[in-house]
Amino acid sequence: MGDLDFIKVKHLHIDYDKLDLNLLNKVLQEETSFQWCISCGCCTASCSAGNHTTFNVRRISLLLRRGEIESLEKELEKCMLCGKCTLVCPRDIQLRNVVMSIKKNILKYKMTAL
Amino acid sequence: MKTYFQYPFLIGMIFLFAYLIYLYVRWYTKLSRFDKVRFKKFWGTKKVWRAIYDSINDGLLHASIFKKNPVLGYMHMSLAFGWFLLIVIGHLEVVVAKGGFNFPFYYAIFFRYFEPVHATTTAQIFAAVMDFLLLFILVGVALAITKRFYKKIFGMKHTTKLKPLDKVALYSLWAIFPLRLFAESCSAAVYHNGSFLTNTTGAWIGNIANNPVIYQSSWWLYSFALCFFFIALPFSRYMHIPTEIYYIFLRNAGIKTKKNWESYAQIQLYSCSRCGVCLDACQLYDAGISDVQSVYFLQFIRNKEDAEKPLFGCLICGRCQVECPVHLNLNDLRTALRIKASKPLTFSYSYTQKPEQQSADTIYFAGCMTHLTPGIKKSMAKIFDYAGEKVWFMDEDKSICCGRPLMLAGQYDSAAQLIEKNTELIKASGAKNLILSCPYCYKVFKEDYMLPDINIKFHANYIKELIDQKKLPDTKLNNTVIYHDPCELGRGMNIYQEPRDVIEHYSHRIPLQKSKDKDKAICCGAGLGGINLTGDAKNIMTHNAMTYFDKFNPDILVTACPLCKKTFVRDRRLDVLDIAELVVKAIEQPNEPKALPHKEKSYAVS
Ligand code: SF4
Ligand code: SF4
Ligand code: SF4
Ligand code: SF4
Ligand code: SF4
Repeated sequence: MGDLDFIKVKHLHIDYDKLDLNLLNKVLQEETSFQWCISCGCCTASCSAGNHTTFNVRRISLLLRRGEIESLEKELEKCMLCGKCTLVCPRDIQLRNVVMSIKKNILKYKMTAL
Repeated sequence: MKTYFQYPFLIGMIFLFAYLIYLYVRWYTKLSRFDKVRFKKFWGTKKVWRAIYDSINDGLLHASIFKKNPVLGYMHMSLAFGWFLLIVIGHLEVVVAKGGFNFPFYYAIFFRYFEPVHATTTAQIFAAVMDFLLLFILVGVALAITKRFYKKIFGMKHTTKLKPLDKVALYSLWAIFPLRLFAESCSAAVYHNGSFLTNTTGAWIGNIANNPVIYQSSWWLYSFALCFFFIALPFSRYMHIPTEIYYIFLRNAGIKTKKNWESYAQIQLYSCSRCGVCLDACQLYDAGISDVQSVYFLQFIRNKEDAEKPLFGCLICGRCQVECPVHLNLNDLRTALRIKASKPLTFSYSYTQKPEQQSADTIYFAGCMTHLTPGIKKSMAKIFDYAGEKVWFMDEDKSICCGRPLMLAGQYDSAAQLIEKNTELIKASGAKNLILSCPYCYKVFKEDYMLPDINIKFHANYIKELIDQKKLPDTKLNNTVIYHDPCELGRGMNIYQEPRDVIEHYSHRIPLQKSKDKDKAICCGAGLGGINLTGDAKNIMTHNAMTYFDKFNPDILVTACPLCKKTFVRDRRLDVLDIAELVVKAIEQPNEPKALPHKEKSYAVS
């Protein structure tokens, strides 16, 4: 047991050989503004859904980048599309469209994976 | 002598009528059962007269376009009404000449060929009238051709794009009347059976007209132009002519656009005349977007092209809908398609926590956007306080969205989950009044929540009531104000007067130009309908709107929507206040007795 134990936590590993970046690329293509995120947290702080439960817009970004599609899909069910996040984002990221775009593309992704 | 040149015309005509009857019947059978009953009942009512009036006014005279743009109006009117008169008077002419109805119906179309002599004065008067009508139409055609090349003289910035069958229809339509002129002039040259127009042109072309080949071909060409136009019509933009009349009758029967795309929507789709009036109404042009506008968008749907991006790129601001001379329900059509497109996406809100339930006579629901603009919340609190109203701030902590933003994204079923949650809270409180400070909330609460026992009020209306009841001060603020009509409140809910009354009670309101006021008001650029617009596009529209307001040099820009406020404040050229904040300014105005008339604090914002 050494200092580097966290490396052994399986579910935190990203296997870059297996990582499928198609979804991420597609979403960033559709909503380019998402790549400018600086993880400032304004969106999360204002989020209507986040006021009720552990819903975090930055976590969405993380899940997307890690290709964790199952969790991503579950998380995004919570968004109310209210648009507060979009209005407070200092980088003008169109988060409502990010949510819509990810959801749409997950569907497409699942269709092609079948 | 037996003639054959009428056959192309006859074939075109028969095809057109057969196809139209087929479409009319199919559309009718696909109406919902309820709408069918409604349409059947309609025929016995006075509304039929209204429909006939509208058909003449809009279908033939194009009065709505006329009002907007006289030159464009003349163009549409001369073609529709002029042609209509030409047909009617043409038949009348034959009836008079023949002294009865004993003639084939194409006879009137080619009358100058079949009836070379006309000696009587009546015949000459008819000939003059027919010549005049032809001239009337030819001027319209000339304008139409000019418009294609120099759209500017029509006061329009944009004109519509064409697909191949539109071109066939358009060019044959352009050709019909010059060819008719040519054919009738040939007859006039040979028999002198024309009038001021055809006799004159006939005299010019006398030499060639006497050649029998040219004489015969002139009538063949005219017949072919008619044939091409009739056959291309159902597949071109001109399909709007027969469809629009159908639409006017259905509309007057009280049929409404549904949430799912069905027959009535389909009829509207084909009723669009592609006049392009909606193009100039759309602010997205400023941001360099030119595929979202209604005319293009409807065209994509008609051509079954992929229209997902333009579908979700519209602000649903309703500016084009107000301008549309055909009165299409453009917002509802888009919504129906958004519902269809986003059907497979799902949301689930089982996680929401319930705020602490309270009983109250009056509830205030701030909504998400008001939570982003705390100034409005606080102002509402002060107003309630000053007026001595006891209010439960229902979504102060665990706020649940009203559902309208989801609906604008087509997610009606998901919105229903939120609606249910909020409804439950409101019903359990036993309240009689519900006050809202966001137009989006107001619209959805009014239209989609089932709260029959509750008086749902927008805050501007509520404030106006308080002023009338002398529960708010009469202080005059010494400032000038511009009022911005929020889309969802003005065009969306038809509330224009109360906010103006409140503002004029406290400040001096600078009126805007008619072309940008009330139902023509510009959008702030951030309308929640614009799902996939870029931040840049929105900012351009906001900037332009602000530039417009700034020209009037007001002290303050007042609006009645938290979203508009949040959007406009970013521009920083003008001070932006919500109407509630303006009222609080008056309440807090120095030199006025400050003591609140009601002692105990009945309402507080932490
Ligand atoms: S507010 Fe914008 S920049 Fe900040 S974390 Fe959220 S998305 Fe990223
Ligand atoms: S749109 Fe979704 S993510 Fe953004 S604030 Fe609202 S609930 Fe949160
Ligand atoms: S939608 Fe209305 S305004 Fe636009 S082109 Fe069609 S008829 Fe004209
Ligand atoms: S609703 Fe507004 S944004 Fe959409 S097309 Fe019409 S004018 Fe343009
Ligand atoms: S309409 Fe807008 S401000 Fe009102 S509750 Fe819904 S999201 Fe929030």
